[in-house]
Amino acid sequence: MKAWDAIIIGGGHNGLVNACYLQRAGLDVLVVEKNDWVGGAATSRELTPGFLYSNCSYVCSLFRPEIMRDLELPRFGLQVISYEGGAVFTRDGDYLANYRDHDAHRREFARFSKRDAEAYDRYARDVTRQCRFIQPLLMRTAPDPTSLKPRDLGELLYLGKKFAGLSAEEMALTLRFWTMSISDFLDEYFETDVIKANFALSGIIGTALGPMSPGTAYVLLHHYMGEVDGSVGAWGYARGGMGAVTKALAASFKASGGTIRTGAEVDHVLVSRGKAKGVVLAGGEEIRGKLVVSNADVKRTFLKLVEEKELPDIFLRRVKNFKMRGSSGKVNIALDSLPEFPALPKDSPVYRGDMHFTDSVERMERAYDDWKAGRWSADPFLDMVIPTTLDPTMAPPGKHFMSCFVQYAPPKVSGREWTDADRDGFAESVIAQIAEYSPGFRDRIVHMEVRTPREIEAEVGLTEGNIFQGELTFDQLLFNRPVPGYAQYRSPVGGLYMCGSSTHPGGGVMGAPGRNAAAEILRDLAKSTSHMSPAHDVI
Amino acid sequence: MAQATRKRPVAKTEDAAVSARIAAQSHFRILRLGTPFQPRLDALAKTQDWYNWAGYRAPHSLWDEELEYFAIRSQAALFDISPMTKYRIEGPDAEAFLDRVTLRDVTKLRPGRVHYTAWCDDEGFVLDDGTLFRLSPTRFRLCSQERHLPWLLDSAIGFDVVVKEETEAVAGLALQGPTSFAVLRDAGFAGVEKLKIFDLADFPHDGGTVTISRTGFTGDLGYELFVPSAKALSLWDRLMTAGELRGIRAIGYTALNRARLEAGLIVANGDFTTAEHAIRADRLRRPDEIGLGFMIDPEKAHFNGRRAILQARARRKLRHVLVGLEVEGNIPAEHAIVYHKKHQEVGLVSAAMWSPMAKRNIAIASLARPYGDTVVEDLWVEIYAMRELQYQKLMKRAKVVARPFIKLDRRIANPPADF
Repeated sequence: MKAWDAIIIGGGHNGLVNACYLQRAGLDVLVVEKNDWVGGAATSRELTPGFLYSNCSYVCSLFRPEIMRDLELPRFGLQVISYEGGAVFTRDGDYLANYRDHDAHRREFARFSKRDAEAYDRYARDVTRQCRFIQPLLMRTAPDPTSLKPRDLGELLYLGKKFAGLSAEEMALTLRFWTMSISDFLDEYFETDVIKANFALSGIIGTALGPMSPGTAYVLLHHYMGEVDGSVGAWGYARGGMGAVTKALAASFKASGGTIRTGAEVDHVLVSRGKAKGVVLAGGEEIRGKLVVSNADVKRTFLKLVEEKELPDIFLRRVKNFKMRGSSGKVNIALDSLPEFPALPKDSPVYRGDMHFTDSVERMERAYDDWKAGRWSADPFLDMVIPTTLDPTMAPPGKHFMSCFVQYAPPKVSGREWTDADRDGFAESVIAQIAEYSPGFRDRIVHMEVRTPREIEAEVGLTEGNIFQGELTFDQLLFNRPVPGYAQYRSPVGGLYMCGSSTHPGGGVMGAPGRNAAAEILRDLAKSTSHMSPAHDVI
Repeated sequence: MAQATRKRPVAKTEDAAVSARIAAQSHFRILRLGTPFQPRLDALAKTQDWYNWAGYRAPHSLWDEELEYFAIRSQAALFDISPMTKYRIEGPDAEAFLDRVTLRDVTKLRPGRVHYTAWCDDEGFVLDDGTLFRLSPTRFRLCSQERHLPWLLDSAIGFDVVVKEETEAVAGLALQGPTSFAVLRDAGFAGVEKLKIFDLADFPHDGGTVTISRTGFTGDLGYELFVPSAKALSLWDRLMTAGELRGIRAIGYTALNRARLEAGLIVANGDFTTAEHAIRADRLRRPDEIGLGFMIDPEKAHFNGRRAILQARARRKLRHVLVGLEVEGNIPAEHAIVYHKKHQEVGLVSAAMWSPMAKRNIAIASLARPYGDTVVEDLWVEIYAMRELQYQKLMKRAKVVARPFIKLDRRIANPPADF
């Protein structure tokens, strides 16, 4: 029986990044994917004729340019296009826009508060400083603080030096930034509700926390540290939807000789004498591999795919307690024409950006209250984009694809499983909100895909539908992600590695976990990593 | 059972403030605003050479950047300074507030006077420099490059003072050059001859008033005029008509920038990075590090950054120094690296030019102390001069010299000369 050099469980973006790097190092790599398509949470599927949806993730910023270059993704069709700002609609019939132009941005804020308009530069400076501190850590394995290995000591020293390089004021700011709530953080700069709401949204997206929960300031940073071609903090659309990312990765992988098997769900990892020997598919088929890499989240990997008896107690308990709570859903809509928003001038660039309807931090927090009570938010927070305003490939001319990221949606409704009726009620809360600001919106809908945490877990495999494979709070970052002592992509089972967003540096379509895991695997195999670019300098 | 969705109709309000806010939405259609003088500038803009000055469409040049410079030095040049950030600071505590915020002693600034000053954060790092106009015992105007409303408002807590941003409401013109006085006099501003350098006074104009100060950014005889935006065009026309026989010309920033460099004046975020924009912590500068140490008065009442500034002095923690350089030869050393003994990098030139007035190759540079401070010998600049797609690399000797690079008697002569 053939034994693959490496078997990757799950064809999400991190699994594919990992597979690409391993294959290019000369390994014979197999990716097994339960769905009939690859992509995980970065897919573009045509669910109604003529319309491509970005079914889960929908915008791109974090995906590391070093990986795009190493794996020749542009050659395999990946293009990321920056989009144009966005807006928060206000309940008084106005909106607050974000414009790319610095002065237009200031003038827009000045409509609401001259003071806040002039506070933006200091805010941007402080956030940029924090991003610059974190960016170089993304493409490095987090050090094990308990280890005396020269490499860990070196990495700890690197971290320590970076921290020691900060002024006393910056150190204080960094520690506060990593632990405080986004609401408290914004209070230090701004006084206007809608302006604070405009920034606070980046602190809660994908997180089962409210804007007033400690730890959400870091989540904002996580959304700011990406880039589009050197423009730090910018977000863009992947041309062809987010599936273009994984499509390019799959093509790159195959071009370098890799093998993908779709429709192949892994039932469990074969473990013998504490070592992974391969996987067993749902149908009973056994596939042997010298090592196994799981792109699935840490809970799915160790609570479903590996037998409990193979794992140490403390590890198992920590995996069980790892915070990975469903908090969001997705409504993808095919539209037969561009929706109109009477509050928004017809020639506004905001149509080509991200749109929101939650105009105060208080409303966000109230939406979170519903989640705590086990309900979806009656007044949800939406991150809504219409990629077809810039990407002609996703819908026929004049028709549009609209992506609505929706928060909050609990993993269970009042303690029980989601039902189809719940799902429809959830969708209605979204459509009703949009329709309030866009009369006639319902009549434009051609088709709709509604994904609650139930659908996301069932289709993508993310436990509870948590988009980051685990909360991005300080207690679950760096050498504590996902579990102390196992933050370097290895696991208690020999030859079984992790490469998903449950690992450092966390979620978002970044690719860094997959890449960093590949570097660790190749180190264990004493293979060269010369085909892997180091992180670009932050100067 | 499915949850009910709460209905929340969009409120339709008649609130005037909301209507005004909504009426202001359309600014996104014009990213570079025109100033109140834009119709006149547009009519004269033969080069159509614009740049972005704080969100305004401002001219690099209007007709010929070299000749525009000579208009400053030989006749009278009219330069639109409306995009400059302006704050009106008014109230019984205005003097005490500004004395607390800015470096120089505001209690010594009499009504009807202007001074050049700077202000720092609590760590003593420079937030900006600018000019402070004392319009009355309780009313001031602060002009600067960057924007500081949050800083000013937060600093005003505990003071009986009102701070208002008035950049758009107030139009500004600089009238600079040897015939500038004659132009103002001929325009009918009676008594303008009484203005000594850094004096200001109000004059009637078009049913309102224009504030004229004997100030400028050129090191030459010159004035600055501030007027409500609605009266801007009539002021422009009044000056241009009166100046016709005195060679008045409108100019762009390139010419003005040359004049200011000869005058040895620095530009925020050109010659130093302002504290609220410095992403890299080592780019922050204390006043003593950018040649503004003369503003610090340890005897005056407490001011923002005082402790840190005096501590840095006492502990000799000043890392940088801003100096004037005279560079051999005639090739401008713009953005050249400064070396000690031709090999040790010690600083950077932030602005440089061949000075027509001094007939010298001049530069402003920031150096790492002790270079430029106690070590001033054996300094060099490496000039990369691109000539027909090849760099001519020149290593030229640089001498630390005092600023200003030129001193013109007519700048301060009283009464001002009538050309």
